[in-house]
Amino acid sequence: MFVTFLEIVIAGLLLGGLYALIAMGLSLQYGVARILNISHGEFIMLGALTTWTLQGSLGINPLLALAVCGPLAFILGFILHRTLFRYLLSSSETSDIFEANSMLASFGLFFVIQNLALIAWGPEIRGYSYLAFPVNIGGALFGANRLVTAGFAIVIGVAFYLFLARTRMGKAIRAAAQDPTTAGLMGVNINHVLALCFGFGAALASIAGMLISMVYPVHGVMGLEYTVIAIIVVVLGGLGSILGSFIGGFLLGIIGSIVTYIDPGLSLVAYYLIFTILLLVRPTGIMGK
Amino acid sequence: MPILEGEGITKYFGGLAAVSNVDFSVDRGELVGLIGPNGAGKTTLFNLISGALVPKSGTIKFNRETITGLKPHRICRKGVARTFQSVKVFPEMPVFANVLLGSTFGRSTTPSATDAEGESAGLLAFVGLLDVIEEPAKSLTLANRKRLELARALATKPQLLLLDEMMAGLNPTEVSEVMELVVMIRFMGITIFMIEHVMKAIMNICDRIMVLHHGEKIAEGTPSEIANSKAVIEAYLGE
Amino acid sequence: MKISNLDIRKLWVPGSLLVILGLMSTLTLYASIYTVILITSILMYINLTVSWVIFSAPTRYISLAPAAFFGIGIYTSASLGTELPLVLVILIGALLSSCLALLIGALTLRLRGIYFTVFTFGLVELIKHLLLWYEIKFTGTRGRFVILVDNNTIYHTMLIILVVLLITAYLIRRSKYGLALWSIGEFEDAAAHSGVNVNALKTITFAVSASFMGATGAIMATRWTYVDPYIAFKAFYSFMVVLMAAFGGMGQLYGPVVGAAIFAYLEEVLITKFPYYYMLAFGLILLIVILFIPDGLAGVIDNWQEKRKGKQHANP
Repeated sequence: MFVTFLEIVIAGLLLGGLYALIAMGLSLQYGVARILNISHGEFIMLGALTTWTLQGSLGINPLLALAVCGPLAFILGFILHRTLFRYLLSSSETSDIFEANSMLASFGLFFVIQNLALIAWGPEIRGYSYLAFPVNIGGALFGANRLVTAGFAIVIGVAFYLFLARTRMGKAIRAAAQDPTTAGLMGVNINHVLALCFGFGAALASIAGMLISMVYPVHGVMGLEYTVIAIIVVVLGGLGSILGSFIGGFLLGIIGSIVTYIDPGLSLVAYYLIFTILLLVRPTGIMGK
Repeated sequence: MPILEGEGITKYFGGLAAVSNVDFSVDRGELVGLIGPNGAGKTTLFNLISGALVPKSGTIKFNRETITGLKPHRICRKGVARTFQSVKVFPEMPVFANVLLGSTFGRSTTPSATDAEGESAGLLAFVGLLDVIEEPAKSLTLANRKRLELARALATKPQLLLLDEMMAGLNPTEVSEVMELVVMIRFMGITIFMIEHVMKAIMNICDRIMVLHHGEKIAEGTPSEIANSKAVIEAYLGE
Repeated sequence: MKISNLDIRKLWVPGSLLVILGLMSTLTLYASIYTVILITSILMYINLTVSWVIFSAPTRYISLAPAAFFGIGIYTSASLGTELPLVLVILIGALLSSCLALLIGALTLRLRGIYFTVFTFGLVELIKHLLLWYEIKFTGTRGRFVILVDNNTIYHTMLIILVVLLITAYLIRRSKYGLALWSIGEFEDAAAHSGVNVNALKTITFAVSASFMGATGAIMATRWTYVDPYIAFKAFYSFMVVLMAAFGGMGQLYGPVVGAAIFAYLEEVLITKFPYYYMLAFGLILLIVILFIPDGLAGVIDNWQEKRKGKQHANP
């Protein structure tokens, strides 16, 4: 009984950590840059497949792949914002129009990235084995890779949250999210901050993808489901609240773990049920205003 | 006979009370002004009356009937029309279509297409926009857009008209012209409740004036009473 | 002169439409099977895109649900096709889609547009997961076999749906509800304050739009012998609809028709030779359209016509 409970909790932390990472990434992009990035899941997929390639053909330890995936995704996201979204920002008359256009543009990006990946890696499902030996905790057996992944996710999540809360750049980002105009007047280079946020969001997604690849099989079309989950977590946490996404991620992860225990295959349905109830009762989410 | 009554109206935004325990009453046929420094809660009060927002507590009655919590389109059809501070005319739609929307949907009973069209044309003549009737609303000057919004509001055949800073951004000639329109509307039998910053307009045409400050009602009376009220002068100077 | 120049010009559009309709209804008599199948696919995309435009163009609420409603139609056909006549199956497909749309509308259309968009975005995945779970748990097998219907019947049914759809779209646009829908897209609160019951109108229009997508899916399913949740529910269909509407332009009714025809044809031609490359190209085209041609083809033509009129007026 206790073993089952422990299994569910640790699985929940694993799932929750991953969800928190991807949701924080999306929340940065929407909360600060006002871009609802539908292609978010594709960056997760890129991180996952890149890690698979690195460990497969170059024998690089997946955890070290973090040093490759994160920065690469950051650069890609940064460039995309500086070119694509910056142009949209200047050509959109109102912020509502910008939100709509940037969302549609990210829809286009979704298909561009996904198909580039399918061309590069093919549609087959890939996977690899790393740290797959069991670890005994309190009588329950857990794959070491799951424990490491959960740990990493939590550590990275907390580290990023501290970055936002304590550092100068983090504060600039939060200021830009609250009130871009005033932040600009206070000397914050808004355009720079927006592009940084988009880059960070992509980086978090890519790192999450790397972690996912350690535990689950990966393939070119895996991204969509994660994008949907990220959106639900962001709404659950409150649109615009990065802390909310962090908390919401763990909340949804625990729920997902419980539901998977009862009946695997129903987790997304359960998430959507929560989504529906949320929109009925409190659309602004846990931390929303 | 009061056409509009409000009792204990309160609305919070986050922790801040935008409107705090406000009572008001407007009699049929009156022209009442609503003034106060920026951020006093005037537009919020209008939003609460028109149904755009729901008060935290308090009741609003129109013609003795409670309308608190009703949706804006229901309140409009009962006979309350309004204009917006930011002049929300439909930019891509032609001037005529703007008014036609009001006459088609805003009345208590749905008119025939010919009636609606005839009325719309009549109202556009009344506000002086007949020569731009086919133009998209976005091509109009600010003064004309305000006229258009007024025509659209009138098209819903209101008994009560809420005007939110009609004179803002207009030059003195335009202000006089709009004031004339407001007085004419008043003589048509429509009760008017208007938010205004342009003191000349308020003092000259209003029967009564209400003053809000930090969400509370601090004074109410005739224009001369208000002009001499210590509380009002302090509120504005303190700004 | 009884028939003046003005009269002939007024007859030009409905006249040519009747000619096209005549040609299309007799297509099966003179065209090859391949052509009929190709045009059926084009009609399918036109149906989906025009349905989408009915709601999302005037109200500016971007629905990403076409794939979901289309898929529901497909699955209705797959589930009931063996037991009920085709007409009934199509109607039920339309009905189920519109019921789902009513639910979604009631839930999300009273909130900001972003909630509506993201809720519709995830629907495809949700329904796919739900059906997969159901099939594994209760029927033991994945997917179903669909009854076969001959290509000519499919073609004619699709054509009928298109004609009904275009008439519906035209009538809505011309009616007071069309006016109200556009006002919602421009200033929803001003529309509400002018007496428009915005929530009801949005939800009902969304349901009407969904019903045509469901009907299209129901008849289209009969072309595939086997469907499963992965085949029926593809986000790609939502993407194609958005691409076609954006490219064609949403201001006029012919915009989505032209956009759909172009990309439906391109897909048919490219899908066998360059499966991933054509999707990649379409994604890039959507990006280009959003960035540089936001009003679409119809918008460009409109601007060009305005400029010509301007020049005419300028000449004394």
